[in-house]
Amino acid sequence: MSEKTKVLTEKANLAKDSKLRKLIRKYNIAIVLIFMVIIMSILRPNFLSPSNLFNVLTQSSIYGIMSLGLTLIIISKGIDLSAGSLVALSGIVAASLGQSATAATKYFPNLGELPVIVPILAALLVGGILGLINGSVIAYTAIPPFIATLGMTTIARGFTLMYTEGKPVSTLTSDFMAIGGKIGVLPVPVLIYGIMALITWILLNHTRFGKNVYAIGGNVHAAEVSGVNIKKNLVRIYAYAGIMYGVAALVFAGRVGSVHPGAATGYELTAIAATTIGGTSHAGGIGTVGGAIIGALILGVLRNGLTLLGVHAYWQQVVEGVIIIVAVVLDMRKNRKK
Amino acid sequence: MAEINYILEMKNITKEFPGVKALKGVTLQIKPGEVHGLVGENGAGKSTLMKCLNGIYPQTSGDIYFNGKLVKNYNTRDAINIGISMIHQELSPIEHRSIMENIWLGREPLKAFGLVDHKKMFNQTKELLDRLELDVEPDTHMVELTVAKMQMVEIAKAISYDAKLIIMDEPTSALTNKEVEQLFKIIKRLKEEGKAIIYISHKLEEIFTICDRVTVLRDGEYIGTKDKKDLDVPTLIKMMVGRDIQDMYPKEACDIGEVLIEVENLSSQHAFQNVSFNVRKGEIFGIAGLVGSGRTELVETLFGLRNKSGGRVTIHGKEVDIKTPEDAIKAKMGLVTEDRRLNGIIPVLSVADNMIIANLSKYRKSFGLFNHSKAESDVNEYVENIRIVTPSIEQKIMNLSGGNQQKVLISRWLLTEPEILIMDEPTRGIDVGAKAEIYKLMGDIVKQGKCVIMVSSELPEVMGMSDRIMVMHGGKVSAILDNSKDLTQEEIISYATGQTVLEQS
Repeated sequence: MSEKTKVLTEKANLAKDSKLRKLIRKYNIAIVLIFMVIIMSILRPNFLSPSNLFNVLTQSSIYGIMSLGLTLIIISKGIDLSAGSLVALSGIVAASLGQSATAATKYFPNLGELPVIVPILAALLVGGILGLINGSVIAYTAIPPFIATLGMTTIARGFTLMYTEGKPVSTLTSDFMAIGGKIGVLPVPVLIYGIMALITWILLNHTRFGKNVYAIGGNVHAAEVSGVNIKKNLVRIYAYAGIMYGVAALVFAGRVGSVHPGAATGYELTAIAATTIGGTSHAGGIGTVGGAIIGALILGVLRNGLTLLGVHAYWQQVVEGVIIIVAVVLDMRKNRKK
Repeated sequence: MAEINYILEMKNITKEFPGVKALKGVTLQIKPGEVHGLVGENGAGKSTLMKCLNGIYPQTSGDIYFNGKLVKNYNTRDAINIGISMIHQELSPIEHRSIMENIWLGREPLKAFGLVDHKKMFNQTKELLDRLELDVEPDTHMVELTVAKMQMVEIAKAISYDAKLIIMDEPTSALTNKEVEQLFKIIKRLKEEGKAIIYISHKLEEIFTICDRVTVLRDGEYIGTKDKKDLDVPTLIKMMVGRDIQDMYPKEACDIGEVLIEVENLSSQHAFQNVSFNVRKGEIFGIAGLVGSGRTELVETLFGLRNKSGGRVTIHGKEVDIKTPEDAIKAKMGLVTEDRRLNGIIPVLSVADNMIIANLSKYRKSFGLFNHSKAESDVNEYVENIRIVTPSIEQKIMNLSGGNQQKVLISRWLLTEPEILIMDEPTRGIDVGAKAEIYKLMGDIVKQGKCVIMVSSELPEVMGMSDRIMVMHGGKVSAILDNSKDLTQEEIISYATGQTVLEQS
């Protein structure tokens, strides 16, 4: 056999899957989502009404935004259990700085009504700093992210309780509440989710930082030899995720109108689930923003759909769990080495 | 017709995968008590053939006779039970369990109430280890063993199954010369006991040392089986690659210039001490020595992966302080690491992403964004120029053959335009054809006035490519030799084993 035919057979060997199968494999999660939407729209025609669709998107936006940060973390082969606690702490700080003058129990009675930019910056700052601490602990002590962020979970929750003395912070300014409102027909949380997704997508796909994140998750030793500064990048990854939690906290506060110290408990698990369903591999090096969005929407459609169908909330949880497992099984088949 | 009793006959084996014929009528006949070499380039079908034999998947057509009986539709467990054991190239012991628990895994001897009989297990293991003259206790944890010893344990395990045929896939890829000798001793003993061995290796010297007969595969086809006495290296290479390789080591003379890197009294705790040498422009500087002599640690220290405890390094006459690989890259160094899988490739990423990872700063464009089109054109250029076989640059690197992965890794460093390229075992586990291409690449690099520091355990490679050879033993330099015509392998080995130590000038 000549050199050329040898090369050709080797290439044929590598590309042996048909195009269609490849497409199905690549987009299997998206196909699941489309399938779910079709079924729902047959069973409950009002599912497809714009107001319900926006509803699904709005409901998905909080853990959706969190899952953007978690996508970076999980691609880097990390995990962040503190996401929900960080949402609570940054949310409570932001809320305390965003109370309206009429609030019955005002956190800072002497400050009056602050412009909305103050709580916004506060949420981003608190989330970012706590994320930075997460990243620094992981990078410089080399303890597993699971442990580091498990510790941070209770630390942040503890500070939240201390800060509020266990009481909710409510009666936010109308500017603050606008974060949970609408511009025309478009819900602001959905708009924010979209913008954050775009930023994260650019970061992952069009910056050197993004390339480093994939390399660190794919093979940290190879990345190190290639001159990638592992520590610096880990700190950045967790800090960026922290900022995303801050954004999620603002949406939370804006929608609910108050933040109580137990807020967002367990949200990290939903956000991790969304990221995972979207095909981000816990083995590292694999994952996309598009996948994370689809994962969040699958959960959103599922919750909304099951509610429309009158399925009991308890059963919804069971179904959600099954979906997570099935999604990962499907995904592992996709990534399986041939 | 004189019947030869083969222990194994694989007749006219074909194996088809969707869209590709991996084996096209391969025949393999193994006699009892022989060591049978199975050679061929990567992708020749050796591992596919062995997987059919091991029951990992069935052949598409053709018959397998073991011990004269037709065997079919069997799984790996059945294969072990009828007496076929395979020792894989990548050992995967349960590291934090003991030798005996690893050997008897899944068939632990039991006593009353279904409890494990540890005493019996210990004694049986002791017996096995003694038989192999292996001086370790059965309750030693695997993680404490050297790769060589782990391999011996695997062999012990095969014997414990009363294997009649043992397949060894690249058994020496991580062994020192001394350990290889020990392995060969054991292989000879197994042979005397009438066991047959299929020996898969890229190292032709080993094939000629240990094998009685050799079967060659190429592109999934059966090329032939020959007695060792009817075979020489050029013939064997020609059978493997289907063409003559006039010169395996295409080292061309090139102008040696000024000193590029000077290393003085470099030490790193216990790994190596007081290492001094220099490398000039246009030079390939070989570093030979046994595994554990400190060679890999030395280059890791040069590259900032390991802390130095003393000494200095100057590049272009200026002292440099390299603490991290980032510093090394800034100092125009590159390192192709010893272990492709451990710290070379990033398996799940594409060929393109693997190639550019050391060179990201070059692809900066406005707003801190990444210049994809420039990166892509660079990658395409290298894929074309050094003939990396891949369906596209978006292919995950883990789907490429070892030789092609290695070419991607070398390209990774060539992209950074290094002046000093360090290559640790640059041709480990890759086939003859790809080896020759990598040697040619090394030649091209030094022709551009750069230098190559090559660590290698393969003496023919060191002697074929290097201008000078530094031999290390026990963390110290035992000699720096000019690679003249009268330098012999024996001479290098005597320095490497510490039998001769030259005073350093």
